[in-house]
Amino acid sequence: MRERQQQQERLRALEFEAFVAGAGGRLLHAATLLTGEPPGAAPEAERLLVRALGRTRADWARLRGGDPYDRTRQELAARFARSTRRHRRARGGLLGGLSPHERLVLVLRLYEGIAEEQVAAGLGLPVERVRALHTRAMTALLSRPSEAEAQHEPA
Amino acid sequence: MSPPDRKEADVRALLRQPPGVPVPADLAARALAQGERLLRRRRVRLALVWVTVLTALLALVVCSLVLDPWSEPPPTTSPAVGR
Repeated sequence: MRERQQQQERLRALEFEAFVAGAGGRLLHAATLLTGEPPGAAPEAERLLVRALGRTRADWARLRGGDPYDRTRQELAARFARSTRRHRRARGGLLGGLSPHERLVLVLRLYEGIAEEQVAAGLGLPVERVRALHTRAMTALLSRPSEAEAQHEPA
Repeated sequence: MSPPDRKEADVRALLRQPPGVPVPADLAARALAQGERLLRRRRVRLALVWVTVLTALLALVVCSLVLDPWSEPPPTTSPAVGR
């Protein structure tokens, strides 16, 4: 009985490791965009992702056909939304100049391709607020002086 | 062709540019360790709940056996009504 349980846990751990091997890169990129750190030097993003993934590992037995990627992304977004204060500072990444909420909306909408309504529901914000954050984030990102490929178009 | 879509496509491409750095090799192991820590904590919490419930049940049984509350006959006189 106990041995069987242990065997099951080992199997889950293996499944989880395979999942991280496949999705880890994409998730880490998303986390790095969120924390505003430069790729390759993102300890905060790693910390955030390890916690979110740990939650996914703990819930692995209850996932029951649910997508572990979606689950981890939700956890990541929720954790980030709860800790926006520690991510206010610009850290030199691509989205470093944006506010944490702007980064969050931009990553969920454009990097992850989630619809506006779903983003709003997931974050518990009104759709109008999500739309406003999205617009502000786009403006801020596209008006960065260093970005050559983006058209310069204020407001 | 509308400008916002164009801009969104630009930003999407910008965000999805591969970062070009490998994922840290210990990421999965760290996440696994974190998950197992969570599971252990959950198990301890569940065990604590069980211990509490069983202790309360035991206390109730012992208490009622010692006090024997049902051995005493009910009071025979009823209070006077409408004096």
